[in-house]
Amino acid sequence: MSIAIEFIDLHFRYPGGVEAVRGVSLTVSAGERVAIVGENGAGKTTLVRHLNGILRPTSGTVLVGGASTRDRSIAQLAAQVGYVFQNPDEQLFASTIGADVEFGPRNLGCTPSEAAARAASALATVQLQDQAGLHPHHLSPSERKRVALAGVLAMQTPVVVLDEPTTGQDARGVEIVAGVVDSIAAQGRTVVAITHDMDFCAEHFDRVVVMADGLVQADGDTRAVFDQVGTLERAAVEPPQLLRLAAHLGWHARPLTPAEFVDASTREPRDPGTRVD
Amino acid sequence: MIQLADVSYAYPDSGRFVLEHVDLRIEPGTITGVVGASGAGKTTLAKILSGFIPHVDGGQLSGSVVIGGRDLSGLPLAACVSQVGLVIQNPFNQISGARYTVRGELAFGMENLGTPRDEMANRVAEVAGLLRITDLLDRSPYELSGGQQQLVAIASMLVLRTPVLVMDEPTSQLDPAGTRMVFGVLSRLRGTGTTIVVFEHKPELLHAHADRLHVLAGRRIAASGSPGEILSDPRTDQWGVSATRYTRAARLAREQGLVPAEAPLPVSFEQAAAFFGWSARTRPPSPEDAR
Repeated sequence: MSIAIEFIDLHFRYPGGVEAVRGVSLTVSAGERVAIVGENGAGKTTLVRHLNGILRPTSGTVLVGGASTRDRSIAQLAAQVGYVFQNPDEQLFASTIGADVEFGPRNLGCTPSEAAARAASALATVQLQDQAGLHPHHLSPSERKRVALAGVLAMQTPVVVLDEPTTGQDARGVEIVAGVVDSIAAQGRTVVAITHDMDFCAEHFDRVVVMADGLVQADGDTRAVFDQVGTLERAAVEPPQLLRLAAHLGWHARPLTPAEFVDASTREPRDPGTRVD
Repeated sequence: MIQLADVSYAYPDSGRFVLEHVDLRIEPGTITGVVGASGAGKTTLAKILSGFIPHVDGGQLSGSVVIGGRDLSGLPLAACVSQVGLVIQNPFNQISGARYTVRGELAFGMENLGTPRDEMANRVAEVAGLLRITDLLDRSPYELSGGQQQLVAIASMLVLRTPVLVMDEPTSQLDPAGTRMVFGVLSRLRGTGTTIVVFEHKPELLHAHADRLHVLAGRRIAASGSPGEILSDPRTDQWGVSATRYTRAARLAREQGLVPAEAPLPVSFEQAAAFFGWSARTRPPSPEDAR
C-alpha cells in the first residue's frame, strides 16, 4: 500500500485574493519521507491541504496514486491520505479519545471490532492507551495532537500528511512523534510533514523541500538542501544545529545526527581558525 | 519579587495533588524559565502565579503566593489581573470574542481597567509595532493564522503593562523568526523592569534569554539553576526536558571517551564550537568555556 503524489504547476488563490501557491510542481515517490520547511505564510499548509481535497486547485493538477483529486470527494481521498492538522482541536470531536480514534477506520468500512483493535494499537503507539476513556479536553494540547496522530494511524492510509507534528511536544513527545514517522516510513507508506523543527527534520527525513512566497526554492536530499546556505537564508530557514556547527568548524562532513557528528569529529582535521572566544 | 512557599494544589473534585510543597523565589526584572515534561504541572503553576487559581478554577490551594508583597489569595481577581498578565497556552482561547477587530481586542483589557482613551490608542500602536502586527489591527481576530493569533494574545497582555508577565508556551505556533522576535521583545521588557516567567520547551532560546531555570518534575521543583547548569544536567532526560543537539553530541563524545569526563558540556552554539574545536587549542575545555 504505497502510492505516489504529484503536484503539477499548482496555483491556489484564496477567495480574499491572496495567491498562496504560485506554480508548484513536485513529485513525491511512493514510500518517500519528505519534510516541507519555510517561514509562516510560505504556502506550505495551503499546498498540502490539496492532498485530502480540503482545497481544490485554482489551476494545475494534484495527483494522488496517479489519479487527479479533482474528480474525487474528500471522503474518497480520506481512504488514501491521512491528515493531522496543525491544531488538533480542528479534528477531534468525539466524547472519548477511544471513540475519536475509532471513527476514522469505522468510516472507512472496518467492522467495530477491527476499528477498536486498530484504535487500541494506534493509541499505544502514541503512548496514550491509558487515556482512551477520557474526553479529549482532559488532555493537554500536546497530548490532543498525539490523539489526532493516532486517529490518522488507525486509518492505515498509504499517505500520511503531518502539519507541524512536534509543535508543543516535550522531549518525550518529540521522540514519540519521531518513532511514528520512522515506523510509518518503514511500512513503505509515504510521509509528508510540514515542520519548523530543523533538527527533527534532519534526523527523520530523507528529503527536504524549502518553500517561500508560494514557490519551491530548493528540493532534494536533506544534506544537500541544508548546504544551500544562501537559498535557506532567503527563505528564512536556519540549518539544523549540528550542520551549522560542522560548517563553522570547517569540516567536510555534514552530520545530521549527534552520532554522525561525533563520528565525524574523530576524522575531521582540526582547523586552528575555528577558535571561538 | 515573587515568592511561593509550600504551595500545594488539587483541582476541584479530583483529590489528586498536581503540585506539592512548591517553593519558588523569582527576582524582579528577570526572565525565569520553567521547564518540565507535559503533565508536570506547568500550566497549573502558571495559573497559580496569576491568581486564576484559585479565583477562577477553584480547587484546593495551600501555602502562600506573594507577589509584590501581597498574597494573591487575599486579593480579588481584578487586583491580581492588574499585577500579573497571563498569556495562556492556546492563543485561540485568549481572544475574548467581545470585539470584532484586533484593535478592539487589544483595547478590551484596558477598557476594563479604566485606561484613558488616548493612552489606550498609544499603547495599542506601540505594542502592535513591537510585535509587527500593525497590519492586522483592523482584521477580525478569528480570521488569523495560529501564529498571528498567538502574537495578538501576547500583545493583549503587553498593553496592560503589568509588572509581571506569565507566559505558558508563548511561541508554540510561531516560526523560528517569530519566536526570536518575541524573545527579543521579552528581553527589552526585562530591561524596563518587567518580571517575566515563561513556560517553554526550546532549550536554545532559554539559554540565550533566561536568567534562571526551574525544573518542574514529580509535582515539585526538582532543580533550579542557570540555564547552562540545568540544560547540561545529566538528568534532563529523566525530567523530560529537551537538551540542545550540541549537548547531546557532547554527551555522546564523552560516553565514547573522546573528551575528558570532567569537561563541562556545551549548551549553545558558541560553547559547542569551543568544545569540539578544543584540540586545535591544545587543551581540553575548561570550566570557563561553559560561562
